[in-house]
Amino acid sequence: MYAQMVKTGVDHIQSKEEMSPEERAFQDRVDQNIKIEPKEWMPEAYRKTLIRQISQHAHSEIIGMQPEGNWITRAPTLERKAILLAKVQDEAGHGLYLYCAAETLGVSRDELMEQLNSGKAKYSSIFNYPTLTWADIGAIGWLVDGAAIMNQVPLQRCSYGPYSRAMVRICKEESFHQRQGYDIMTKLARGTPEQKAMAQDALNRWWWPSLMMFGPSDAESVHSAQSMRWKIKINSNDELRQKFVDQTVPQAEYLGLTVPDPDLKWNAESEHYDFGEVDWNEFYQVVAGNGPCNRQRLRTRVKAYEEGQWVREAADAYAAKKAARAKAKAA
Amino acid sequence: MSGQEVLFEYLLRLGDNALILGHRLSEWCGHSPALEEDLALSNVALDLIGQTQLWLNLAGEIEGKGRDADKLAYLRDARDFRNLLLVEQPNGNFAATMARQFHFDAWHYLLLRELTGSKDARIAEIAAKGLKEVTYHLERSRDWILRLGDGTEESHRRMQAAIDDLWMYTGEMFESDEVDQAMMREGIGPDLASLHEPWLGLMRSTAEEATLTLPQPGWAQRGGKRGMHSEHLGYILADLQFLQRAYPNATW
Repeated sequence: MYAQMVKTGVDHIQSKEEMSPEERAFQDRVDQNIKIEPKEWMPEAYRKTLIRQISQHAHSEIIGMQPEGNWITRAPTLERKAILLAKVQDEAGHGLYLYCAAETLGVSRDELMEQLNSGKAKYSSIFNYPTLTWADIGAIGWLVDGAAIMNQVPLQRCSYGPYSRAMVRICKEESFHQRQGYDIMTKLARGTPEQKAMAQDALNRWWWPSLMMFGPSDAESVHSAQSMRWKIKINSNDELRQKFVDQTVPQAEYLGLTVPDPDLKWNAESEHYDFGEVDWNEFYQVVAGNGPCNRQRLRTRVKAYEEGQWVREAADAYAAKKAARAKAKAA
Repeated sequence: MSGQEVLFEYLLRLGDNALILGHRLSEWCGHSPALEEDLALSNVALDLIGQTQLWLNLAGEIEGKGRDADKLAYLRDARDFRNLLLVEQPNGNFAATMARQFHFDAWHYLLLRELTGSKDARIAEIAAKGLKEVTYHLERSRDWILRLGDGTEESHRRMQAAIDDLWMYTGEMFESDEVDQAMMREGIGPDLASLHEPWLGLMRSTAEEATLTLPQPGWAQRGGKRGMHSEHLGYILADLQFLQRAYPNATW
């Protein structure tokens, strides 16, 4: 899940009686699963929440290019290098679709970039962890993309048309990403003892941060309830986390790797895995800017943006000159 | 050198150019001036990595010692690399990367166009596939020369400086040694000197349109094709080959 703890600006869920006629008509459309399109009327809080959610997702894609990009030049074979480069490239593409989807809500990409660069906008906590070995590239594909898919597959059905369509495209690529991650892990787990140790170490380090991606329990959250009412959030954080654990533990077993949770066990009654408590203190620290790589990630992004400024200006200046020449020629 | 050895050398040159330039471009991913450029530079890098695999696999086949593209890419030291000095030059700023790219693309395009008529069908086939990709690379890098040359004062200054800096690495592309000559005699590769005029023509017309000035012909740095590289290559290989060197005999 690339958007965590998105606020809606509401303090309670309105009953239909409290709604204005416009709001009621809007909610009826949502209830009937009719997609909301950019030009239609929508409550201001819906629009703002969507901007927050979509841009947080977009920023996560962009910042997420860094931990994986860290291994592009060191990928171990030409094929792995091409696959990783294509994957990170896909993330740039996802960022682009999502910024475009956000733009339909009346905010520009430049404004959103500015929010990211200034540190005001959030992105997923997971990308503030470092990629220390090649196995981390496998673990990210398997676990991080796996967790993202859990959330994004249902969002293909979300109420906002452009977001839902962006999700359809993104999900197709994410499932390829997850498979390549698992494939890297498989190779390592069946490789030399050093490779297997590398894989286990990566699982140890990425397991808990992956569970944190779903965000803290939101059973009591008015924001989550509102987002679900608007159908821009489909499942609760705990539901998705449980689903992720249930799916991932057998995959780890198949690889012969151990999930680093002493409390993990199959519960025959509930037919789900029971698992230990996430260290939410760590999560809040990372979200507050104190993760291992927060500063580094932001600095790198700002540097790329600032160093690209003269290039973007030149491209604009050239386009303007070209247009002026074409106009002069036509006159 | 036997005929096979010469052909092996020749293929290494083709493959190593693609490998090293693709590597350099991949360094940009996530750091470029706009998302669109992250996508575009990665596309070019991916094309070049694909071409590397084709050339180096064929080289390994010709050599007949059981080395495939990965073994050749990951387990040779710098003195055994045969790429041009131009492609190993650091990315520098965006103008430097685009100037390097344009100088190379123009030559690469002309070379592959000739190689599509190679008497060696395997080479002609790879060249034909590569030519489609490189036609697009050239269009794109030429476009950036125009945008930056004729963009703002700052971009003009940076692009002019980039061309001035890189010019001395372009001469090597047109010099034939005994390997090139042997390939030419057998109808496998073109006369490299014959590519110079069309290349210069493209440089001139582009520079003119971009309001840039081409440097005067001068001393050419040379040696890449024979394994005499700049200091930069060692660092590229340190990154590229790290895992294969640190974990010998592992598969990935």
